[in-house]
Amino acid sequence: MKSFELHDAGTVQEAVALLNKFGPSAKIVAGGSDLVTGVMKDWVHGKGMPIPEKLIDVTAIPEMIGITIAANGGATIGAATTLTSITESKDLDQKWAVLTQSAASVASPLIRNFGTLGGNINQRPRCWFLRGEHFDCYKKGGDFCFAVTGDNRYHAIIGGELCYIVHPSDVATSLLALNASANIAGPSGTRAVAFDSYFTGPREDVLRENVLKHDELMVNVTIPALAPNTKTAWSKLKDRQVYDFALVSVAVVVTQENGAWRDGRIVLGGVAPVPYRAKVIEQALVGKNIKDTIKAAASTLKTVARPMSLNAYKVDLAINLIERTVLNAL
Amino acid sequence: MKQILRLRINNQNYEVYAPIHKTLLEILREDLNLTGTKHGCELGECGTCTVLIDGEPVLSCLILPVAVQGRAITTIEGMADGIMPHPLQTAFAELGAAQCGYCTPGMLLTSKALLDQNPQPTRDEIKHALAGNLCRCTGYTKIYEAVEQASKT
Repeated sequence: MKSFELHDAGTVQEAVALLNKFGPSAKIVAGGSDLVTGVMKDWVHGKGMPIPEKLIDVTAIPEMIGITIAANGGATIGAATTLTSITESKDLDQKWAVLTQSAASVASPLIRNFGTLGGNINQRPRCWFLRGEHFDCYKKGGDFCFAVTGDNRYHAIIGGELCYIVHPSDVATSLLALNASANIAGPSGTRAVAFDSYFTGPREDVLRENVLKHDELMVNVTIPALAPNTKTAWSKLKDRQVYDFALVSVAVVVTQENGAWRDGRIVLGGVAPVPYRAKVIEQALVGKNIKDTIKAAASTLKTVARPMSLNAYKVDLAINLIERTVLNAL
Repeated sequence: MKQILRLRINNQNYEVYAPIHKTLLEILREDLNLTGTKHGCELGECGTCTVLIDGEPVLSCLILPVAVQGRAITTIEGMADGIMPHPLQTAFAELGAAQCGYCTPGMLLTSKALLDQNPQPTRDEIKHALAGNLCRCTGYTKIYEAVEQASKT
């Protein structure tokens, strides 16, 4: 690992001031499981992805840790809260099981014990070309996507352009389904960004995966209360049963009325450069009896999927997993 | 950049002057000669480098030691009580729950954290707790049985 300076921030303002002072060579660190294994390794870099020179530790900032249930029925979770704290929260599990289940499906217990919510949402993609030494790809500031001609079995089937990564975060997928928002602190104050518009695709800026600027910090995540008669479900398919990143994951939040789909969200992980909201399927379900319609509705994913040479299997996986997960939610 | 690290490991205080970018695993093995903690994949995937921080199992290959100063670190060297093995160590030995043995320190520490929190775990709970510790010899059945035996002593 390359050497670096480590700075402890005691408050959000201090962390933002340090980010501002150091510029893009500084990065926030919390659990560090991806930063230490991946990003800091000498071989994962390029001119668009420099190895950080300064790390700012945010794990001692009290307001970034913990789970608060608000009077309005919503919840706020600090970005430096560990995934284990989320999976063990009975309050969260009772109201937003899709979140606790997705958090429980991240990596292994050993990583969830120090991996954090913000770290999971903002982790860099797993594309093996991005993580490989000899591939100077678009995302590293190069001028090629090696997945187009290379082994792309794990790459995007929807929304790939230029770069065909899939978004790696399980909790991002469920938070988008829950219509949650990120609260971001920057030099000019704080802003709230709904996850609807938080994640950005390669066409917008291939060097990043979200709207977080280099001098900004995700402080916490807010989840609204669910409407009455709303249920949730989570599924994640992976190559290995025990733990892995998702081949396809599905987060479902559905509000029913007499067995019909009144409102809700179906969000897919592992298929697109961003957590992908399958609006085409949601629209095919609106007002219809869910059990009667789900099979046909799920297969409309084919109208938006553009698989690559080796990953058409993921379209079938996704369609079946969507059907299964929606039915599990009822 | 080097700095002095103050670490509390197995109820003993250590001071190490070391580069800041060494992982906890490297500090334990290379600077403190605590080589019971094994170096496996170094990518957070295999679990053989498991240590306990304040009783919770984590991966020392991914932990920056500066981040765990002042916290209680337990390595495999701190598991026995003097010359008396921990009941889990006895059970692993009696049942042959180690084949090549490389995953054993991690398996033992993760199992200890489980039993400390949940003294009578079900087989399913044991499997979940050990999900991040891989045994390449695939000797999982004996490991589960050993944890069960230790939970009864």
